[in-house]
Amino acid sequence: MDPSPFQPIDCDLHPAIPTTRALLPYLDAYWREHITRRGLEADNLELSSFPANAPLNCRPDWRPERGPAGADLALLQRHALDTFQSRYGILNVLNGAQILHSEDLSAALCRGINRWIAAEWLDRDPRLRASITVPVRSPELAAEEIERCAEDKRFVQVLLLSQTEMPLGRRQYWPVYRMAEKLGLPIGIHAGSAQLHPPSATGWFSYYLEDYVQQAQGFAGTLNSLLTEGVFVKFPKLKVVLIESGVTWFPAYMWRINKTWRGVRAETPWQERMPSEVIRENVRLTTQPFDAPDTVAQVKTILEEIGSDRMLLFSTDYPHWHFDGADAVPEGLPPELIRKILVDNPLETYPRLAQSELAQSEFGLTGADGRRTP
Amino acid sequence: MSRHVVASVEEIAPGTCKVVTIKGREIGVFNVNNEFFALINRCPHQGAPLCRGAIVSRLVAPSPGDYRLERPGEMLRCPWHCWEFDIRTGQSWCDPDSVHARTYACDVEPGEALAKGPFAAETVPVEVEQKYVVVTV
Amino acid sequence: MNVTLLNPQIETSQQSHLGFIDCDVHPYFKSPAEFDEFLPRKWRAHRASIGGRTRQGLAKASNYPRMSPGTGQRMDAWPPDGSHPGSDLPFMQLQLLDKFNVAYGLLAPLVGGAAAERNIDFGAAMATAVNDWQLARFCDPDPRLKGAVQINIEHEKAAIAEIEARAGDRRFAQVNIPPRSIEPLGRRRYWPILEACAANNLPVSLHLGGTAGHASTGGGVVSFYHEEHPSYVQSMAALVTSLVCEGVFEHLPNLKVVLVEGGFAWLPALCWRLDNTWKALKAEVPFLRQKPSEYVRQHIWVTTQPIEEPERPADMLSTLEWIGIDRVMFSTDYPHWDQDDPRFAFKVPLPEDWKRKIYHDNAMAVYGFE
Repeated sequence: MDPSPFQPIDCDLHPAIPTTRALLPYLDAYWREHITRRGLEADNLELSSFPANAPLNCRPDWRPERGPAGADLALLQRHALDTFQSRYGILNVLNGAQILHSEDLSAALCRGINRWIAAEWLDRDPRLRASITVPVRSPELAAEEIERCAEDKRFVQVLLLSQTEMPLGRRQYWPVYRMAEKLGLPIGIHAGSAQLHPPSATGWFSYYLEDYVQQAQGFAGTLNSLLTEGVFVKFPKLKVVLIESGVTWFPAYMWRINKTWRGVRAETPWQERMPSEVIRENVRLTTQPFDAPDTVAQVKTILEEIGSDRMLLFSTDYPHWHFDGADAVPEGLPPELIRKILVDNPLETYPRLAQSELAQSEFGLTGADGRRTP
Repeated sequence: MSRHVVASVEEIAPGTCKVVTIKGREIGVFNVNNEFFALINRCPHQGAPLCRGAIVSRLVAPSPGDYRLERPGEMLRCPWHCWEFDIRTGQSWCDPDSVHARTYACDVEPGEALAKGPFAAETVPVEVEQKYVVVTV
Repeated sequence: MNVTLLNPQIETSQQSHLGFIDCDVHPYFKSPAEFDEFLPRKWRAHRASIGGRTRQGLAKASNYPRMSPGTGQRMDAWPPDGSHPGSDLPFMQLQLLDKFNVAYGLLAPLVGGAAAERNIDFGAAMATAVNDWQLARFCDPDPRLKGAVQINIEHEKAAIAEIEARAGDRRFAQVNIPPRSIEPLGRRRYWPILEACAANNLPVSLHLGGTAGHASTGGGVVSFYHEEHPSYVQSMAALVTSLVCEGVFEHLPNLKVVLVEGGFAWLPALCWRLDNTWKALKAEVPFLRQKPSEYVRQHIWVTTQPIEEPERPADMLSTLEWIGIDRVMFSTDYPHWDQDDPRFAFKVPLPEDWKRKIYHDNAMAVYGFE
């Protein structure tokens, strides 16, 4: 289904850094010299989790003539924002700078990425917003960068990768959650692995297909960690968005962790509430990839099993290839859910978007039917 | 409904449980700090012999890492899937509003009263000085 | 939200669960020295001195201690002589086999440490010993119990020899392969072992547990048993992914795989995800001639324990349908803490023919019992 009549909010778009050199103007002088001394600006920091030329990561009709898909603002505007008439699009950078082993180097490059996004994307299209890119290996430096970036209200979320060094619920990461909760920023956990651990307890797969499929299982482990370590108890106002996580695996997952909790609760006694209740309150999922079943009836059942009309947030995952044409909304969603997914749920999840929306309507730029004047 | 003498109070020491069969049903009778409570010996989850589970306390933590032990000896842990129940009320910890173990009224009666009334037990010898645990089923 | 409790309607139909096939029963030893009887002298000495060595920090206990004594046993399953649950055949008969008039019980020995042993010669010797022990202590005294051939998967030659030695011995029903191996089971280095299973018409059973030394999740080492327990689901999913995407089932069209103790509600969505993702990445795995879910449908069975507990009990029915009623087999997991009672595991009445298949006929077909 084409969502453009609703002027949706696209909660997952991927701008690509054309080359690491593109970040140089946005680095502090010290790091500019450090990096050029080592020739790092010539390095391609593509993540193993997202090989740029894999068909899954670039829809054929979105492939540019030159450079990585997603590096060209004009193409992103045409392919994504304009096609779907999106009122906002949230940019999530997927880049190896986030996972470098050296914390300070990682932090310096992440700072550069955030400045680059602001200057070359956010400044050039008022519809665009961004997640804050942070060094995943240093929660302290990450918290500092969050605080710095948050002053620019166009940063609406903190971005983490789902699988890095330790399960994300571990106390070592709490400085990130503390800062995010304080500033009212959701934590966006995006598919991706630093590949410090094999994708599963059974070791390393051979194929990208397997790694990509496994991302959903990675999210299950990540969310379990957040729940059992008590992140939502310690930071009750924290919202977490699972981005590019897949959707249809979710009900069976909730059933299982509820079941385990009933018997094993005493190991983590701060988990007073049933996990699915906490999830429905604090966790959201973006809609692409949906991992659609074979029939519309199955879609209906899965949505009922998810059990909350506030859970799903619309996304295209541009330029990744999960749908063709303008069919960004999966088949079989009940009509009363569509507007919620496309507009209401993202506004509820991202307070800064809601504030922008309010400002829009106050200045009379939004009509009575909720549509913007172009 | 009828009343049944299940034991003298001395037979069920504090912190222990005696399982008896009344009208074909197994019932666990618990002594919690010298108060008596009775639960059907069947877990509402999958029918496990609930009353053969461990008598435990409430392990809680208002915040991660802040561990507290409350209500010592007042919880029952199912021997199978470890669901926890409040011995006093039968309420399940995890679903207090919708899951509970079946409780039975449990009173302590002086032996004298039992010998006199219409609820005399069939086989339990009644001694005037002793107190008896009586379950209504 | 309603949680369903014991359903009297189900209770009264419990007679229909008699005579079921239990696809996951755990035998234990009364003392580790029990295996010495079946070990060559050299390995007896090794077992007593250096002992088992796996890829985890603790030598004798689990890094993820369970919530019930005896490494997670049902608390009423301790035999009268105080020995370990599952170690006393008469008590197992009382609590399980005779109580429910079980037709067959598929053993899954999680003992002896053969599978994960780093000294692969010792591992191979322990595998043979545990196989002999199963026969002597359980399968011969009670022929309802069927053994599972243990192997050390990193010792290819010994594993194949053990499989071939036991093939044709109808007291063994399947080969137990440790699912947490160094590499995912679909990888080509393990194909000779899978070939031996297929050639000898032995299903492969994958029973979760233990560690190959990798973190339980792709995101790192989890802290709690509370995370470890559900992580078995993700490991099972990884196994299915690997077996399918590596083309194992193209190579071995008669291989049967049984997933034990992984639950099952996760399987339909994994299939949808595999199919959807494969569409864009077909060129990477050109040897797959069908979509991934077809391989799952043709080659993979699941056992029911730990039974799924949907919030709406009726969703159990659609879940089973999506997997395929022919592919689900009942298991108790006796005597573990999270085992299921055949009478009360399902919270929704099953149609009669579903019951027959799940509790009996599917396992008869998979294992070729008469």
